[in-house]
Amino acid sequence: MSLLSVDRLTVSFGGLRALDEFSFSLSEGDFVGLIGPNGSGKTTFFNALTGIYKPQFGSVSVDGNDVTKASPQAMYEVGVTRTFQRLRLVPSLSVFDNLIVGSQRGLNTNLWWNIFKRAGLRKKVDEELSRCSDLLSQFNPRLVGTLLSPVSTLSMIDRRRIEVCRALISQPRILLLDEPSAGMTHEETRMLMEDLLTWKERSPSLAIVLIEHEMGVIDRVTNRCVVLNYGKKIAEGEYQIVSQDPLVKTAYLGEE
Amino acid sequence: MANFVKGHFLITILATIAGLFVYFFLHLERSWEIVLVVGLAVLTMVVSRRKNLIARAQETCLQKPKFSISVFFVAAVAIIFALRSEHFALLMLTTVLLYITVCFGLTAQFGFVGLVNFAGIAFFGIGAYTTAVLYQYAAIPDFLIILASGLVAAVIGSILILPILRTKGHYAALITIAFGVLFRTFLEVNDTLGGPQGLKVDGISVFGLSFNENINLGLLGTGSSYVTYSILALVLCLVTFVFVRRMENSWVGLNMDMVRHDEIAAASFGIHPPSWKILAFTLGNFFAGLAGSIYASMSGFIAPASFNFADSLVLVSIVLLGGLGNVFSVIPAAFLVVVLPEKLQLIQEYRLLIFGIVVILILRFKPSGIMPRGARRYYPSLGVKK
Ligand SMILES: Nc1ncnc2c1ncn2[C@@H]1O[C@H](COP(=O)(O)OP(=O)(O)OP(=O)(O)O)[C@@H](O)[C@H]1O
Ligand SMILES: [Mg+2]
Repeated sequence: MSLLSVDRLTVSFGGLRALDEFSFSLSEGDFVGLIGPNGSGKTTFFNALTGIYKPQFGSVSVDGNDVTKASPQAMYEVGVTRTFQRLRLVPSLSVFDNLIVGSQRGLNTNLWWNIFKRAGLRKKVDEELSRCSDLLSQFNPRLVGTLLSPVSTLSMIDRRRIEVCRALISQPRILLLDEPSAGMTHEETRMLMEDLLTWKERSPSLAIVLIEHEMGVIDRVTNRCVVLNYGKKIAEGEYQIVSQDPLVKTAYLGEE
Repeated sequence: MANFVKGHFLITILATIAGLFVYFFLHLERSWEIVLVVGLAVLTMVVSRRKNLIARAQETCLQKPKFSISVFFVAAVAIIFALRSEHFALLMLTTVLLYITVCFGLTAQFGFVGLVNFAGIAFFGIGAYTTAVLYQYAAIPDFLIILASGLVAAVIGSILILPILRTKGHYAALITIAFGVLFRTFLEVNDTLGGPQGLKVDGISVFGLSFNENINLGLLGTGSSYVTYSILALVLCLVTFVFVRRMENSWVGLNMDMVRHDEIAAASFGIHPPSWKILAFTLGNFFAGLAGSIYASMSGFIAPASFNFADSLVLVSIVLLGGLGNVFSVIPAAFLVVVLPEKLQLIQEYRLLIFGIVVILILRFKPSGIMPRGARRYYPSLGVKK
């Protein structure tokens, strides 16, 4: 049984079918690239998968359990976390605050406990602080020192790293990355991908779906890729093979 | 050790200075004296900001919260005793303390989860009316009456929750405005609740000690009946303060901040925004109800005219003026906004006009308020270099 299976998922906005009968499946350990021209429905797919958009048709299941109409919260509980194409960190909050939100499942948010069990809270905060430091030091040791500074003091690149870390900190089963390298140089993208691959070696069952415009990256890090055009899947397979597909060439690669 | 003592010393000095300012602010009556006190306070602030003293003082207090709170509590009690025979000053002090309590609740609503409540005074009024009615019809202990008043405010507030959750942003604010206006009209036409004339309220009495009579303070002579009320209000204010601060400095505060800033990101990480909005809204109204209850007993008499929509605006402007989300900032802002117009006849007539202008200026030039909110401090020594 596959980890995630998506069957003919359809999302429309008015008359526009942003995602059109899209079928897709993911097994543990997969690293899949999701590519397609601008407006082809990649982000829409992530939004439908994480419960932000409700699909008009089709189904999604995780471990064979239907989660088609599940709420964003339920998808998080199932182990699906993501980053956003346009960053969704809170700049005025500290790096730690932003990161730890990803760990929500492990935090006791009972009001009584939070108000009156301050010693317990303190212990938990210290634990989480060191967990966050460990995670950050894997991605960029320099970031550890910024743990208590506001995110607004970080560079764009570092903010993207923080978003990836926020998605990783809850030990997800499926990680959805929406153009994590946007705005980065080749070198920075390469570093980010290295970090991701290192992480993946340590938790081999993690499945990743990566939306990325740079084909070199897709070729290097993914073991399969899916091509969307006008909301429809037009090709799927190893990048080397898919990139030779005439449909793909006209839809996507031809434009470059 | 030296540093340890220095910290405590600094906090004590700070509380003494603040206490003296508040004392003279409440005690003095002539306009020029008040202007002098406020001018001096502003000057002190400006000079100490230059020397970075404010940030350091704040940091010292944050690191020793228990000690600071005790010292400031003692300072406040000292002010109350110093003013023991001045009815009007104590009345004002108590009112400010109760307003501060309401504003702590509004901070949780507006500053934490981002719900603007323009019906603050209505929930305060619900607490007051509940108290009046309970004293008339039920023979239950005073303590329970206060608690019940808070609960009734919270429960009535929950009627608004559904429409508020269904609407976004400004529309939610409109709902609270409508409620605030309706509340007063409702009271005016409702004869059981005394109509426009209002209701008489019995005062609190504990162990035969009536709060509404002058009390014997032993060596200090006789004190105004307001002494007891101001101490009660002080205790309520303090408890609410600690509660809201702890809430802010915890996972609850974090979740509330996420809800205010970005509901989509919050939801994608398992946070359920409606629950946090309900919690903050209910808690805030509960605090307002508690404060309203004490206000009713203290006044001995309540009428719809004491719960104007304009007063709700004043409450919101206190929260904005101080620095949205900063719990501390509510305290100086409330003193300025409530006491200044009473003291300066000159501006009394134009008080709403002046608030309006000040709020617009603040929002335009310093949107984070006079004391912007600081970073979350899960525990006092977090991030302090050893
Ligand atoms: N909330 C929405 N309301 C209306 N139309 C939408 C909405 N979200 C997406 N769309 C439309 O759906 C289509 C697919 O958009 P989507 O953001 O999924 O594209 P994408 O593949 O992620 O593109 P890009 O590479 O530019 O990020 C676009 O035509 C877009 O305008
Ligand atoms: Mg996109």
